[in-house]
Amino acid sequence: MPIKPGEYFLQGNEACTEASIVAGLKFFAGYPITPSTEIAEGLSSRLPQTNGEFIQMEDEIACVSAIIGASWGGAKSMTATSGPGFSLMQEAVGYAAMTETPIVIVNVMRGGPSTGQPTRASQGDVMATKYGSHGDYQVIAFAPASVQEMFDLTVKAFNYSEKYRVPTFVLSDAEIGHMRGLLTVPKDIKIVNRKEKGVRRADEAYDVPDDLVPAFPTFGKGHKATVTGITHTPKARVEPEDPKVHQELVGRLNDKISANRRDINKWEVIGPDSKTMIVSYGSASFGGREVAARDDRVGLLRLKSLWPLPVEPIREVAEKCEQLLVCEMNLGQLFWEIKRVALEAGCKRVELLAKIGGAPPTPGEVRHKLREMGVI
Amino acid sequence: MELFDFYDQDRWPHVFCPGCGNGTVMNCFFRAFNEMGWKLDNTVFVSGIGCSSRIPLYINSDAIHTTHGRAIAVATGLKLSRPELDVVVFTGDGDLGAIGGNHFINGCRRNVDLDVICINNNIYGMTGGQASVTTPHDYISTTTPFGSKEYPFDLAELAVAAGANYVARWTTRHVHELTKSIKRSLEKKGFNFVEVVSQCPTNFGRRNKMADPSALLDWFKESSVRRDKVRAAAIDHVDLNLAGQITTGEFVCRDRECYHEKKGGGAHRDGH
Repeated sequence: MPIKPGEYFLQGNEACTEASIVAGLKFFAGYPITPSTEIAEGLSSRLPQTNGEFIQMEDEIACVSAIIGASWGGAKSMTATSGPGFSLMQEAVGYAAMTETPIVIVNVMRGGPSTGQPTRASQGDVMATKYGSHGDYQVIAFAPASVQEMFDLTVKAFNYSEKYRVPTFVLSDAEIGHMRGLLTVPKDIKIVNRKEKGVRRADEAYDVPDDLVPAFPTFGKGHKATVTGITHTPKARVEPEDPKVHQELVGRLNDKISANRRDINKWEVIGPDSKTMIVSYGSASFGGREVAARDDRVGLLRLKSLWPLPVEPIREVAEKCEQLLVCEMNLGQLFWEIKRVALEAGCKRVELLAKIGGAPPTPGEVRHKLREMGVI
Repeated sequence: MELFDFYDQDRWPHVFCPGCGNGTVMNCFFRAFNEMGWKLDNTVFVSGIGCSSRIPLYINSDAIHTTHGRAIAVATGLKLSRPELDVVVFTGDGDLGAIGGNHFINGCRRNVDLDVICINNNIYGMTGGQASVTTPHDYISTTTPFGSKEYPFDLAELAVAAGANYVARWTTRHVHELTKSIKRSLEKKGFNFVEVVSQCPTNFGRRNKMADPSALLDWFKESSVRRDKVRAAAIDHVDLNLAGQITTGEFVCRDRECYHEKKGGGAHRDGH
C-alpha cells in the first residue's frame, strides 16, 4: 500500500521513497552511495510490498541502464544516486533523452569533485544535470528545499517524466535528504501516466500533441517498436548521416521541453516588490528565506525547478528590482544563466553568494553579503 | 514462420560487409527460434553498440539498441519489469567483454532469465578494425600494427566461472551445432550464454592474410577442437588461442535457480 494521507515525521530521503510509490514506481535499480542510500534501502522493502521490483545492480551505469530497460517494459522506473554515481550515469542520460525514455533520477548532491564530501551538501551538479551528457538535449530538474517538497516534487518528477517522455531529475542534496521534518500527505495527488501507443484514454497527458511527444510503444504489445540512440526518423529508421533527420529529431527533443517551460517550471516568491531580490534554490535558500521574511528591502525568488531554466519568473523579478543576489552552494553555476536573463531584462546588477563546503549559507552570511553590496 | 517474416525488410539494406558472419548467426538464430515456436510479439531483442549489435534492428519485433556495453543491464531491467517477455541479447566481443565486462560477469552471477548471444569476431569491426579483448596474441589490427601483445579473454570460460546456467561456444563454421545450442539456450531458464567465433574478413582477415571469408572459415574448421564436457574451469582450455585452437562445445548446462524463481515471481503489470 502507498503511504496513507496524513501527517508524518520523516527524513527527506524517506519522503522521496514514499512519494515514488505514490507516483506509481514499479522498478528501482540502485547502488549504494552516500547520501542517497536510504532511498534504495527503503525501496528494497517498500517495492515488494507494492507489487514492484527492486534490484541492486553492479554499478550506477547498470542502474540507469536497467531502469531504461524497465521503462520500455512499461514500468515507471527510478534510480537514486549522488555525485560520483551521477557522473557514471551521464551517457545513459543522453540515451534516455534521445530515445524519449521516461525515467526519474534522484541525485542527492554532495560535495565534489571526485569523492569530495560524501556526507555534506552541495549544489555542484546543477550544470552537469543539463550539460553532462554529450550533444544537445533537454531534461527536467526539480530542486526540493524541504521534506515536504522532497515528497511533492518527486511525484511531479514522475508526472512530468511520463508526460514529456524525458529523463527527469530530483536535485536534492545531503542537507534535504537527511533532514527530518513534517510531511503532510494530501488526499488527492495528481498522477500522470504516459500516453501509451494504441491506448485511447481521456487524460491530461493528451494536451501535448503527438508530433511533439509521440505515444509510447510499450514493449510486448505488438508494436514492433525499435528503440535506438542513433539518429532516427519518426518511424525509427536509423539515418545517422542525414542532416535533416538529425535536425528534426534533436530539434523536436529540445523543443518539447523548452516550449513547455511554463507548464513545467515551479517557483515561490517572497516579497516580490522588494528592491533587492535573492534568487536561490534547495538548501542554499534557507538563509535568504530568513532574511527575506524579516526585511522589507529584500525578497526571495526560490526556484523549485531548475531545468528547463525558469526564464519567466527570473525575468519578472529582474524587471522590477534594482539588484539580484544569487545564492548557491557551488562556485557559481546557475548564477551565469540567471545573470544572463536578468541583464537582458534590464536589471543593472547581479551578484553571487557562493558557498561550498557543505553548510548552507546562514542568514548572517546573506546579510553580510547584502551589506557589502550596500543594499541593507 | 517464414524467414522473411522474421526480418523487418523496411530496414534493408543492412550494414554488414560481404562475407560477414552475422548473417550466418542470424540464420541459425531464426531456425532455433522457429523450432521453439517462440512468438516475435512476445520477444524483445536487446543489444549494445557494434556490428553484431545492429542485428536487433533488422528483426521484426520490439528491439532496443542501447549504449555501448550496457545491453545486459538494460535487458535485466526489462526482464524484471516484464517477466512474461522473452529477452534475447545480441552482443559482440568488445561490447560484452571490454566495455560491458562488469555487466557480463554480474549477469552470469545474477542468473536473470536472459539469452545472450555474443558474436566474437576478434576485432572492433564497426570502427575500422582495432584490437579487442579477444584479438589473438600477435595478430595485427589498426591499433596493434606490430601484433597484439596482450592475451585474449576466453569469454565462455568467464561465463562458466561467473555462474551462467548454460555456456557454449561454436564458430560460424558449426551451423548445426550452433543452431542446437541457441535452441538449448532458448529452452533453458536463467542466464544462458552462446559465444560464436565469427569472421570479419574486412577488418580482421584482411590484415591477417585471410581476406577471403572462406579462408577464415577454413581456419575455424582446422583449429576447432570439440570439448563437450559439462565441467567447470580446466587449465587446458582457458586460452582461446585462434593461432592454436578454438575450443568448441557445450561447456556448462546446469539448472541454477534463476533470479526470479528465487524471488518467488516478480511484479506483473499489464497496463498500470
